[in-house]
Amino acid sequence: MLGLPGLAMALLAVAILSLTTGARAIPYDMVWSAFFSFDPAATEHRIIWDLRLPRTLVGLLVGAALGLAGAVLQGATRNPLADPSILGINSGAALFVVVGVAVFGITQLTTYVWLAFIGAGAAMLVVYSIAALGREGATPIKLALAGAAMTAVMQAIINAILLTSPRTLDEVRFWQVGSLAGRSMDIALQVSPFILAGAALAFLTARLLDGLSMGEDVARSLGQRIGLTRGLAGLAAVILAGAAVSAAGPIAFVGLTVPHVARAITGPSYRWILPYSMLMAPILLLGADVVGRVISPPGEVQVGIVTAFLGAPFFIALVRRRKLAAL
Amino acid sequence: MTILSLETIAIVRRQRLSHARRVTFGLLSALLLACTAAMLLGDFPVPALDVVQSLFSPLTGSANRSVDFIVLQVRLPRLCLALLSGAAFGLSGIIFQTLLRNPLASPDIIGIAHGASAAAVFCIIILGWSGLSVSLGAFAGAMLTALAIYLLAWRNGVTAYRVVLIGIATAAMLSAVISYLFTRARLFEVQQAMAWLVGSLNAARPEDSIVLATMLVLVLPLLLALVRGLDGLELGDDTAYALGTRVEITRLGLMLVGVALAAFATAAVGPVGFVAFVSGPIARRLMGGAGRGVPQAALVGALVMLASDLAAQHALASVQLPTGVVTGGFGAAFLIWLLIASGRSGRVN
Repeated sequence: MLGLPGLAMALLAVAILSLTTGARAIPYDMVWSAFFSFDPAATEHRIIWDLRLPRTLVGLLVGAALGLAGAVLQGATRNPLADPSILGINSGAALFVVVGVAVFGITQLTTYVWLAFIGAGAAMLVVYSIAALGREGATPIKLALAGAAMTAVMQAIINAILLTSPRTLDEVRFWQVGSLAGRSMDIALQVSPFILAGAALAFLTARLLDGLSMGEDVARSLGQRIGLTRGLAGLAAVILAGAAVSAAGPIAFVGLTVPHVARAITGPSYRWILPYSMLMAPILLLGADVVGRVISPPGEVQVGIVTAFLGAPFFIALVRRRKLAAL
Repeated sequence: MTILSLETIAIVRRQRLSHARRVTFGLLSALLLACTAAMLLGDFPVPALDVVQSLFSPLTGSANRSVDFIVLQVRLPRLCLALLSGAAFGLSGIIFQTLLRNPLASPDIIGIAHGASAAAVFCIIILGWSGLSVSLGAFAGAMLTALAIYLLAWRNGVTAYRVVLIGIATAAMLSAVISYLFTRARLFEVQQAMAWLVGSLNAARPEDSIVLATMLVLVLPLLLALVRGLDGLELGDDTAYALGTRVEITRLGLMLVGVALAAFATAAVGPVGFVAFVSGPIARRLMGGAGRGVPQAALVGALVMLASDLAAQHALASVQLPTGVVTGGFGAAFLIWLLIASGRSGRVN
């Protein structure tokens, strides 16, 4: 078993790798001196501070947020297919960005962040309100169906805009892959309070999700308020996933699969699934980003693409080897 | 006491049957209405009587060549293709959703549509193909992807849960392929690929409908033979075994049918969004527990496709939208309305 300390060590190693690797390889001692005896004249030091460190921080934050958001959503809906993209969060963000580019001509990455965040929140709000109508409230099945249906509606609008506006397609095709390249320290600072708050909220719901995983009737008979649990978990997921998609674009694979890996290692308790997901997801994301930087010089392959290619075979092997506990 | 309960059962059965009939009748009427509209509406106005006359012109001899052309070569093929592909998507969707016991597990979520799309985008961007060869490529892509998912999920038999998880991983990889190709290609090729990915009936030819109809005729007997097995499989593998269902072979047969339906429909019109996904839940909500809703899902699929195509053609005066842009919106709006309207949830899962 890896254990949480082992995962933390692995994450540290990947983070250091992310600082040293790139178009120009920077040795470890240079990284060290960049931190502890900064010299503004040294190009390597500037690369570390201006490019690699923000990129690594954004990767860490986004990875942790995606892992937690996926785990919380799967727990709250009790559906292995639930993830930010199924529940409309990613397409809500994408819709706002696409409209921003097409209608208002926005091309600034820092403005995308806010558009995406507002879009994610608005989409989830609509999805939740649709699902919550009716006598029994927002059941997992209605939540999942409403989310997928809203995704379809928004995707239809996005497609209509992209088909009629080549300029927007040209701008957005790079954003919608999901990437960490060119993210500044401003973006890391913008999203970090949201991710910290979302993470705190997610950990608060862990016990409640454990109750819910035994079935609604059991949870109710244990005195739990089901609607409140789902509402809190949903809020945590929106904050986390909204911040993640705003910082790095829609990265679908991480939130969907990492919680399943965590569940295979730890068993069904969310008190363990959540911290494992939070550490494993950034390992995958940053690792994929490092691989993407060196795989096709002189260019880079976007992290969203590499994550799927690195993660999917591993995930398939895991699904085949272990007997997974169904949700 | 026993007699009383038997009577109650009989009453409930009758009520369910009549409800199922009402739903089927309602869907058929809506379809008929949409068909009439599809034949009558168009940029070139044709009086209703002339349309009917043209429809019989192969038998009676043609009265007006240009009207015959519009009715028989433009409107009718498009209508037939919409009905056939919609029904195929709807059937494929409800087969997978029932088989995998997850209302989200339609072929456009668990990777089969992604296989078709990735293959088609590869054909368009890397090989520079267009037209029929792209359709063949998409068909091959869908079949190969389904085969890969099945083989990867096989381990002393497949379980629904494993198919779903391996399906989403495959879907993620194939989406990554598409995104990668999108970032590496020239904008013009990306636009072409994008248009194919959205899916459209604009280029419907009579041959497309004939191929699709032949395929449906070939697949339907297999579906009819296997569809009873769905009830057993829906209760879970162990229960199905206990009830005497031959689980593996039934599931394999049903998956084959579902994949073939999705692959042929995708090859004909492109991976038109969400028709497969919404048809099952809509049919089930309409039925409200009065049956598994497989034929109704086919009707819903055809209706969503046809109505969306009508809207795509006539909603905006200046532009013909691709059908796939509207299906997502139309089908999803329908489902959302049902979610809101039904106070208590029907038998969806």
